[in-house]
This record gives sequence, C-alpha cells and structure tokens, in this order.
Amino acid sequence: MILRAANLTRRFGSVVALRDVSFDLRAGEIHALCGENGAGKSTLIKVLSGVHPHGSYAGRIEIDGREARFRSLRDAAAAGIAVIHQELAFIDELTVAENICLGAEPSRWGFWLDRAQALRRATAVLARFGIALDPAAPMSSLGIGQKQLVEIVKALARDSRILILDEPTAALAGHEVRSLLAIVAELRGRGVACIYVSHRLEEVLSIADRISVLRDGSTVCTLAAAAADEATVIRHMVGREITGLYPRTGRVAGAALLEVEDLAVADASGRQRLHGISFSLHAGEVLGIGGLMGAGRTELLMHLYGAWGRRSAGRVTLAGRTAPGDPAGALRAGMALVSEDRRRFGLHLEESIGFNLSLSSLGEISRGGVLQPGAEERRNAASARALGIKADGLSSAAGRLSGGNQQKVVLGKALLTRPRVVLLDEPTRGIDIGARLEIYRLIDSLRADGCAVLLVSSDLPELIGLSDRIVMLRDGTIGGRFDASTAMLPETLLRAAIGAAPGTHPH
Amino acid sequence: MKRRWLSLPQSDLLVLLLVLGGLVAFFGLGTQGFLGKASLGSIANRIPALLLVSTGMTLLMVTGGIDLSVGSVLGLCGAVTGVLMVDQAWGLGPALAASVALGALAGSVNGWISVKLRLPSFIVTLGMLEIARGLAFLATHSQTKYIGAAVEGLGTPIAGWVVSPAFLVAIGTAGLGQLLLSRTVFGRHLVAVGANADAAAISGIAIDPPRIWAHALLGALTGLAAVVNCSRLGSADPNAGVGFELSVIAAVVVGGTSLRGGRGSVLKSLLGVLIVATLEAGLVQLGASEPLKRVVTGCVIVAAVLADTWRRRA
Repeated sequence: MILRAANLTRRFGSVVALRDVSFDLRAGEIHALCGENGAGKSTLIKVLSGVHPHGSYAGRIEIDGREARFRSLRDAAAAGIAVIHQELAFIDELTVAENICLGAEPSRWGFWLDRAQALRRATAVLARFGIALDPAAPMSSLGIGQKQLVEIVKALARDSRILILDEPTAALAGHEVRSLLAIVAELRGRGVACIYVSHRLEEVLSIADRISVLRDGSTVCTLAAAAADEATVIRHMVGREITGLYPRTGRVAGAALLEVEDLAVADASGRQRLHGISFSLHAGEVLGIGGLMGAGRTELLMHLYGAWGRRSAGRVTLAGRTAPGDPAGALRAGMALVSEDRRRFGLHLEESIGFNLSLSSLGEISRGGVLQPGAEERRNAASARALGIKADGLSSAAGRLSGGNQQKVVLGKALLTRPRVVLLDEPTRGIDIGARLEIYRLIDSLRADGCAVLLVSSDLPELIGLSDRIVMLRDGTIGGRFDASTAMLPETLLRAAIGAAPGTHPH
Repeated sequence: MKRRWLSLPQSDLLVLLLVLGGLVAFFGLGTQGFLGKASLGSIANRIPALLLVSTGMTLLMVTGGIDLSVGSVLGLCGAVTGVLMVDQAWGLGPALAASVALGALAGSVNGWISVKLRLPSFIVTLGMLEIARGLAFLATHSQTKYIGAAVEGLGTPIAGWVVSPAFLVAIGTAGLGQLLLSRTVFGRHLVAVGANADAAAISGIAIDPPRIWAHALLGALTGLAAVVNCSRLGSADPNAGVGFELSVIAAVVVGGTSLRGGRGSVLKSLLGVLIVATLEAGLVQLGASEPLKRVVTGCVIVAAVLADTWRRRA
C-alpha cells in the first residue's frame, strides 16, 4: 500500500466537507474518485496533496506505512505526490524540455542555465516512460492534450510516484483523450500510482482498477472497476432519497414568457461555449437547468441576462419581444438574475443591507434623480420582513450577514424590480438548511404568483423537487429534456449530463 | 472594542476634528501670530481652490479613479483665462465659462480614455499632467499674464463679511457635492461602481457613464478653481498649480476617502482640506522651507493611507 488515508474529516466553519473518509492506493494502481459536484473530491485531493495542511483536518495519512504530515504542496511533492490540475501551469515561450525542468533548472555554477543538460534530462524521462514528445519543440506548438502530457512528465521528472489527475480530460478532444488514457495505463505498468478524478464515467470504467464513490463528504463505497457498471456507480453517486422538502402549489403554466431558439454563444476569446439551445419558459412554471460543472449553465443564464458572451446564432424572446442585450435593459423588461457568485456579482459586501436591496430599483424610490430616504427605508424594511432577513438593522454591512441571509438580500434586490422572469443560479449553494427551506418556499410563491423561474442547481434532488420540467446541459448543449411524463429521476438526469447510456433523447 | 468604536462614521468625523483642533492649538501656541489676521487670511485664501478640486476628486475617487493632472489643468485653465482677459479683453463671466468648459473637456478626455479603453486612470492622467502643463506654457508664451482688478474681486472679502465670494462658492459646491453623493441616484451609482463594478453591472447599472462623468465634473471644478486661483494672485501664471494634485489627494485621503474606491465623503474631505491648509500655513509660519513642506505633505499622505488600511482591517 503506497498511500493510506484513514478517517479524514475536514470542516469549513460549520460545513463538513469530508466526513470520516478513508482511502487507499496501491503501487501501480489507478484508483478513480467519483461523486457529484460538492461531494468532497476536491477537498480530499487538497488534503492528500498538502494544500490543506496537517492540523487543518482530523485523521491520518500514511505514505509507505509511515505517517505523513504535509504542511504544504511542496512537502507532498517531496514525498512523491504530484497534482495535475485542470488549469495548466506552463510557459508557452519555452521549449518542452525547459518546461519539464521548470523550477528545477539545471545550471552551471548555480547561475548559467544549462540548456543541453535540460534537454538530456527531458529526453531521458520521456524515454523512460515511453512518451512520444519532442523535447526541443516550443511549448506553443503543442495542442492542449500534449501540454497536459508535459505537465505529467514534469511531475515524473521529479520522481513522483503518486499522480493525482484532476479532470485531466475535461478540455481534451476525443483522440487526445484516448492517447492520454493510453499513457496513463502505460505509467501504471511502470509502477506509478494514479488517483483519477473524472466526471466521465466511461473513461473511469475503462481505465481504473478500483473506483471510490464520494457523496456528501463521505465515502459511499469502493468498487472493483471490473465488477462495476455505469448504473451502479451513478446509483451510489446520487444515493439520497427525495423527501417532502419541496413545497408545491398547484398551478397551470401560462403563456410563454421567455423563448430561446437555437442559441449559440461564444466567449470573449471566440470559443464556442453554448450551441443548439432551444427551450421556452412559461408563466407560473419552474424550469430546472442541470448539468455538470462546466456544462454551460451559468454561461446560459448570464447570456440570457445580457451580461456575458457573444451570440453567434439564435434568438431570445422575452414576453414577445427580442430580449435586450444588457442587464439594465433586461431588468426594465422584467427579467432579473441572482448570480451563483454572490461575493463577486451579487453583493456590495462593504455597503449596507439597505444599499444592496435598493440598488437595482433606485428609480422607484427617487424623484428627478433625488433619493427619497423615507420611501427607501419603508420599502427595504418591508422587503427584509417578507424575506425573513435576520440582521441588527438595515444599515449594517451586508458582508457581516450569514450566507443564507446574504442570499436573501440578493434575492430581495432582484424581487424589488418586480420581475416576471427570474433567473436563479445555484440559489441555495453554501447556505444552511433553514435558509434553504425559506428559499424553496419563495421559489414556490414566485411560481404561484405567475412568475417564470429558470433554476440552475447542482443538487439533483433539489432540482427535481422544485422544477416542473428539467433541461440537462452537457458540453454547452442540451443533453436531455425531462418532465412529469418522462419521470425525473436522479439516475436518468445524471446520465443525460454525463452523456452516456441509452434512455436519453437529446434534441 | 475601541477599534469597533473608531470604525463608526461619526467617530471618523470626531477624529478629524480633533486632528484639526490639535494642529490649530499646536501652531497657535508654537508660533507668533498664527492666529492673527494675516495667517488666517492666508489659510482662508488657500481653501477655495483646494476645496473645489477636492470635492470633485472625492467623487472621482469614490468610483475608484484618480486624477493626477488637476494641478496642470488648473495651470492651463488659468493661463487661458489670463490670455482671454488680457489679450482678448474678455469679461470675467465669459472667461470663467471658458475656463470651466476647458477643464471639463480635459476631464472628459481623461475619463473617456481611461474608462472606454480600460486603462488605469493613474497613467492616463499622468500623461495629461504633462500635456496640460505644456499647453499652459504654449498659451502664454511662458509669460505670466497680469489680469489685475478684473479678477481680484472673486478672492477679496465681501464688504462687511469676513469671507470672499470664492470661499462661499467653494463651500456651496462642497455642500452640493455631498448631497449629490449621498442623496441622489447618480451618487449611489458612483459608490456602487467603485465598491464592486461587477455586482453593479449585474444590478443593472451602466458602469461606464458614472466614471466618465466623475472625471468630467472634476475637470469642470478644476476650471472653476483655476479662476479662483488667478483671483488670489491677480494674475495667470503658467506655473500655477505645480504639486497642487498632491495637496488635493492628501486632503481627500486624510478625509478618509479610500484609494480603492467605494467609500468617501465630501464633508470629511472638507475637514481634510482644512487640515492640509492649516498644516501648510502653519509650516510657513514656523519658517519651514518649501522642501520641508513637501516632505511633510508626503508623510501626511502615507500616514492617511496607513490609517485607512488599519481602519479596514479593524
């Protein structure tokens, strides 16, 4: 056993990110980690690699049978653990060999760079692990898959014995995925152990020796990959039963308020991020948008609101008219957004609660551009009461509130514009169960009042419980549509998000 | 607990008043005649231009911007006023309007370039600092223009009053500036853009216009201050306002406006102006040399920024 982690528990304030997790890794093994967003995979990786130092977690980590107490990433690297991240750290202007030696450059007299030595060293590592890359090639000439490979070779050059691959194929094209998997399999044959984190179950099943499933911060099970299939893994990932948490006031959906036709959107660098998206959203209905991280959910909401991306095709119609392309216009036309990034897009943390509540609807509490403090206070107090914002007073800074109360302020700001279409991006992320239930009730009352709600959530039971219909996104397009007639089950939704197996009918 | 108390807005005002009182007491006791008519008159003379520009600078710094060119623009606007009144025989009214318009133009150029082209206002206005100073010399052929009585009325005390028209205009402008900041939609937008531009945009605020307007408004007030400055001397000197931006920034920062944007008060900048003006006049009274005054001004800026940082941490 090259690595053994026993009973790891990691808390962030009152949130338990890892709960008594045990995990082990054998030499020359590929051990996959699976779980939904927020299941605890990233936290486990950070504990194992020293990002969360010894002392910040409870439990024990052993390398080769001896306890390891990493204080930093550097300590873990010295013990032979290397993390290959989704975001790559390389320098385009240097050659492959120079990138491989980056941070440990061979030198003469500790001063002059020794390029020949760097080239020899890189060539030797590449040969030892049977990797076909030209060490003299400039980094900029490589594709993203090959750059990923350089990152791995860099770790191997430092005598890493344990590679942690965090979503290594997320940015790769099909043929690049295949060659990366082949190399990972080759490394296993040469005694390197891998922890492999991926959402793509197909890959995981094809390459892993064992699979551990995390859910809500706990290890659910460890399976031998040979004996597992997708359905089993997904069942373990989802696990929870859906309970009667979700209020539901019966109402027949009304006219279409928001119509999206064949939408395609590129980001600032011109990369296509959304394509072929069509759906309509009706008054008195909650349409859920699901999908894995990076599937384009936030991008879709931000684009509909006019705050992100360049449209390359398609149409968005809001209450029968072309939707405005900017947030101010969207708000005037009756569409409001609650962003998933509360600290960046949601709140002015240093300003007062009242300042935040008023900000999107100053026109209603001013005359000729002059604010009416009395009217503002009355209206904010009423809004705070209706939302159940718990605070000493509306003049204290919004940043001092708990996460749940902060979220209610963001919701309050949006609702004070009296929107007819409400876009909610992860409205319950990181907040406690009490505030969560209040937000569920609020969403239900919006529906009852005839608003149209577009709801993004990574929490599948929540998405199913609150939504009348669900659209699952996958890689920037629609991976499946579900409504009461097709039965919205976590397993089927997850399958549509991952893009595997029969039972889904992407349109 | 003491820190908590100090972070209250009212206590900020109290601290500024205590500092001001301390300075007056120090110079009053330490020098002959500091509390006399000549010395107080010199403080009162210095205040209007400083206060006008500090009011505009406060509004700009609330948005997270800064303008280093105000000293040069003051010089340029004054120079043009001198040329118009002396060489073209314009009256005070039209010349003043021209000066305000020219200042607003310079501010708008600063604002438009830094906001629309996403360049730091620090760098753009550093360029304008050189440009405006150069133009001031070109406009006057490097000569001081003696305007005389036509402009001096602004700066001399009104009969029977202690203060000059310029002083009243500056106080009134500061009052309006404070109301603009705290009681109008525009003021709210300035704060929102300065404190968190991303959240402001998502809240439906067009984030560019408030920043550009703040630059333009500061420019216009600088144009007004330029004429006030001419009235003090009775002449237009192309060298006027060298280093003036530092006094302005010192006054605004001493008043507690954050260099990072989002927080500021014109009322407190007024106290900052009084503190800086008292300090500068007091140092003169003590017989301090010009270089020494600059050393002190520099120390005051750093100390005020430090105090701001501590307050944030508390």
